[in-house]
Amino acid sequence: MKTYKGRVISPGTVKAEALVSHGGLNTLASFQKALQFGDKNATCGDQNNPDLYGKQMVGKALCLPQTIGSTTGGLVLYCACAMKRQPACMLFSKPIDSLAAAGAVLADVWVDDVTMPVIDSLGDEFLQEVKDGQMITVAEDGTVTVE
Amino acid sequence: MILNQEQQAILDGAKGETLAKVMKTMVRYGEAFGAEKMVPVTSEYNHLVTSFGLKMMTPVFELMQKLIDAGAISGQKFSVDPRPLDKKVPANFLQNLIFNKFMYSTQGSYEEQLKKLGLKSEDSFTCTCYMKEEGNLPKKGDILSWAESSAVVYANSVLDARCNRNSGIIDIMGSVVGYVPYFGLLTDEGRKATWIVEVKTTKKPEAQLLGSAIGMKVMEEVPFIKGLDQWIGTELNDSACSYLKDFGAATASNGAVGLYHIENLTPEAVEQGERLIAEGAQVYVIDDAELERVYKEYPVIWKNKDATPKLCFMGCPHMSLEQLKEWTDKVEGALKEAGNKKVVIPTVFTAAPAVLEAFEKTPYAARLKATGVITSYICPLMYMNNPLCAKMPVITSSNKLRTYTTSRYYTDDEILAQITKGGK
Repeated sequence: MKTYKGRVISPGTVKAEALVSHGGLNTLASFQKALQFGDKNATCGDQNNPDLYGKQMVGKALCLPQTIGSTTGGLVLYCACAMKRQPACMLFSKPIDSLAAAGAVLADVWVDDVTMPVIDSLGDEFLQEVKDGQMITVAEDGTVTVE
Repeated sequence: MILNQEQQAILDGAKGETLAKVMKTMVRYGEAFGAEKMVPVTSEYNHLVTSFGLKMMTPVFELMQKLIDAGAISGQKFSVDPRPLDKKVPANFLQNLIFNKFMYSTQGSYEEQLKKLGLKSEDSFTCTCYMKEEGNLPKKGDILSWAESSAVVYANSVLDARCNRNSGIIDIMGSVVGYVPYFGLLTDEGRKATWIVEVKTTKKPEAQLLGSAIGMKVMEEVPFIKGLDQWIGTELNDSACSYLKDFGAATASNGAVGLYHIENLTPEAVEQGERLIAEGAQVYVIDDAELERVYKEYPVIWKNKDATPKLCFMGCPHMSLEQLKEWTDKVEGALKEAGNKKVVIPTVFTAAPAVLEAFEKTPYAARLKATGVITSYICPLMYMNNPLCAKMPVITSSNKLRTYTTSRYYTDDEILAQITKGGK
């Protein structure tokens, strides 16, 4: 068991299985197909992301360095939350980027019945160590425990 | 964050619950980056990234409606990214059915919302809103609340305006409250270069390839580029601006660059020179071999890598008037050389509606039409972003389109050969 301390962008507590992307998450490419065609599992559609392509994102503790791609990124994340197709939490190894921050804040302020904790600055070691399928617990203060 | 009296009053609900939530969103957004204050948006116009009535974005349209219903509308009018559909662009029966009945079925109602929210004009749909024909041209030092990565990097770098790489929705919310959080590319410190790029090629580097190489190397950091002025000059004329438009779009999409400085050319680099370079900046040398390496590493994600291209898109971001004229000459010349009268691959050149209108008034328009090239205001990216088009072998010299879709990248010269002579 190992713990990492990050910074809270959107508060909340959760326990979920890890899904790890070592490269940046292209938010539009990853979620578009799932949101457009009614895939409740939010299967990742980004062919350029070998870590995530074809995997279910809903309910997972999504571990990533940052998000990349189109400036629609924030609103796509907001849509995923509003449509209940969001990951259980988003755990960033690096300081959050402006698109992911926008999505996290929009979801937290404007979607009433969804909580998606977002923690950033967990460090490079976090992303190097964490593996798909490991159980992750997020505490209110931004402490992330990997079992 | 310390708010002034007016900002605090809005946050406390003095102008209604909806505007309070808009302010809360902007404050929380800024706090994620350690912003200590909000600063007024000063540009004449805003620019939004969300131009498409894509059914999956229903929550966005509902949010926009909340703003309209609450009267939370900015006095600042805006342009917006290109429309996703144009009947002039080839599409088969099934594609048309999916586009119109399924994917973009909310396009009409969304455009009605945009009008209520302050759309600049019926035709203000382009990613190159800063073209003089379109007229959304920020002044030096203006603070913007724009989204659209290619427009943001152009405004910051070429026009010396100040804007962060905002997401859609944040773009309109900053404009509605009239303030954006002060961090990143709005600050002098955030505009310092943390990379020095030395261009040492033996010929003018392809704008989209050079931008891609730099974007992938520096990601979201700011590069100071030396040696490029010898190829594109020291004057921000139409030719240099067109080059920088394509170069910047590639840096922003292949990486996440929001600002670059070109030695002896872009405004801040001319004014401040190497004082813009931060202490400890890393160095990246680009020569012919490095560009070749980058080009060769692009994955080709066509199912059949040897497929004959079915469509060619030029203009992501939208072409300038100068580029439309230049390409008319190029296509005519290459067709003549090949002994062909019309392009051998269906080819679409995209540009802003106002640029296309200006182009139509020149003799070039009839000449380009005679080559078989179609002109359109469409967003090639939105056209490609569906399973049917994703299966089509589409070619482009846009590195942005390559990055976000299944289209295959070729250099400008290779594209010209393909569309006029065919073959690989």
